[in-house]
Amino acid sequence: MKRVAWLIALAALLVGFPLASGEYYVNLTSQILIFAIFAASVNLLLGYGGLPTLGHAAYLGVAAYLSALLYLKLGFGSWIAAPVALLGTTLMACAFGLIALRAAGLGFLMLTLALSQVLWGTAYRWVSMTDGDNGLRGLVRPAPFGINLDDATAFYYFALAVAVFSIWMMARFVSSPFGAALKGTRDQPRRMSALGHDVWMIRWVTFVYAGFWGAVSGLLFVYYHKYIHPISLSLTNSAEGLLAVVAGGSGTLAGPIVGAAIVMLLKNWVSAYIERWNMLLGFVFVVIVIFMPDGVVPGVRRLIERVKAARGKAQ
Amino acid sequence: MTAALAIEGLRKAFGGLPAIHDVSLEVLPGERRLIIGPNGAGKTTLFNLVTGDLQRDAGTIRLLGEDISRLAPHRRAHRGLARTYQIITLFPGDSLEHNIVLSLLGLSKSRWKTFAPLSVKSSLHEEARRVLARVGLDHLAQRPIAELAYGEKRRVEIAMALAQKPKVLLLDEPLAGLSREERASVKQLIAGIPREVTVVMIEHDMDTALDMAERITVLHYGSVIVEGTRAEVVADPRTKEVYLGE
Repeated sequence: MKRVAWLIALAALLVGFPLASGEYYVNLTSQILIFAIFAASVNLLLGYGGLPTLGHAAYLGVAAYLSALLYLKLGFGSWIAAPVALLGTTLMACAFGLIALRAAGLGFLMLTLALSQVLWGTAYRWVSMTDGDNGLRGLVRPAPFGINLDDATAFYYFALAVAVFSIWMMARFVSSPFGAALKGTRDQPRRMSALGHDVWMIRWVTFVYAGFWGAVSGLLFVYYHKYIHPISLSLTNSAEGLLAVVAGGSGTLAGPIVGAAIVMLLKNWVSAYIERWNMLLGFVFVVIVIFMPDGVVPGVRRLIERVKAARGKAQ
Repeated sequence: MTAALAIEGLRKAFGGLPAIHDVSLEVLPGERRLIIGPNGAGKTTLFNLVTGDLQRDAGTIRLLGEDISRLAPHRRAHRGLARTYQIITLFPGDSLEHNIVLSLLGLSKSRWKTFAPLSVKSSLHEEARRVLARVGLDHLAQRPIAELAYGEKRRVEIAMALAQKPKVLLLDEPLAGLSREERASVKQLIAGIPREVTVVMIEHDMDTALDMAERITVLHYGSVIVEGTRAEVVADPRTKEVYLGE
């Protein structure tokens, strides 16, 4: 009951927020929502599958580039460009999964990094297609059912709807029987295969699913910025996703959302006041890891329980 | 009669060092087979080759007549092979019930369901509780594994394997590290395994397990030294040689 009340309060806050706030904060929150989808998809691999990826920016970036190129080079509207970009990126995830999942642990990390670096390098060097370091400009936001998303508030609601749907879909995935098996492969892969679970296939399916939701965040990303630059495919972007998951709490549903908010607030809001925001991000991360080694969400949950227990004793 | 488990000419070497050297053995359906041998005899390696955790260098492994030596471990499980581990390999953060559910899920089609939630009211959970009741742990069903005593964890290990209703069950030192009372309860559990299940059990300590076996295989330096009934093996001078080093 209490949980439902909290959820209703949160929903009211998210829906009502643009009415009470300026455009700057509405835009900032849109970016947090987009990044939360990205971080949640990283969390599928890292938190639930125990597969540390340093190449997840590949899916965000490729979906964004595909959608941009389909519009710029072929003149496709988003009704065609979006599904084609999602499909293309997902197929890429199918292929990348075959390569990256030849290893687990550090080997997996290095393979995902290598694959995404190839794409990053390509985006930089294939100037005739991507315009290299200049990035692709002249993009437009879609206008679903005639709703103009150029308005900050309209885009916010669009991003909110997509984020809620995406995260709900990922939450269902991890709480399904398949999700239980996925967590099993994270904790005891050998035991799982002895029990009849196809560990490789479980990981591959998760890899592809995570790639798909990474692509969804990429579409929102390119719609929001109306611009795409190779930096979206970079190691930095992948690492920020990983950082958000670890800081927020990997293997929890709320963790990546909280982590995404932390990273985005530091990156966009604090950076307006402090030039070396990267240093601050590093500092905040170190503090989180020292005091809440499994992330903010599990850390705060424990803190609340401790306060409750102390209060119970006092009475 | 087709052997439940037939191993022929099995070899495995680690970097030139033979761990299993031309092992052949047959276990009949319903048999209770004990494999004994001193440390480093290759007992666990033999199990790992049978389950597919390790790839064999040469030889064949047949399960009820079917050659499984090229199958991936999870496919061997689907053919009716189950095992326990010498070093307890459970899911420590999860409840007993969830551990058993993961075991049942391994052979259930619903393991590929990605969108329906894994409900606690599912038939898998009902079955898991039945399995736990059979090993006398149903009162702990909701407790995380980490809170259990060592002997209870051993019983969960066995329950997890039994939940799959295997045709051949491999028990890797199920009595190791247990107190006398715990040992009695695990022994009782093993004795109660239905006869449809063929049981192959590894023990390091000969005395603790002798009474549980019908036939015994003595493994030494990766080779079968002696094989026969309990009385034959105990009487054989080579058994004494291996165990007493004379």
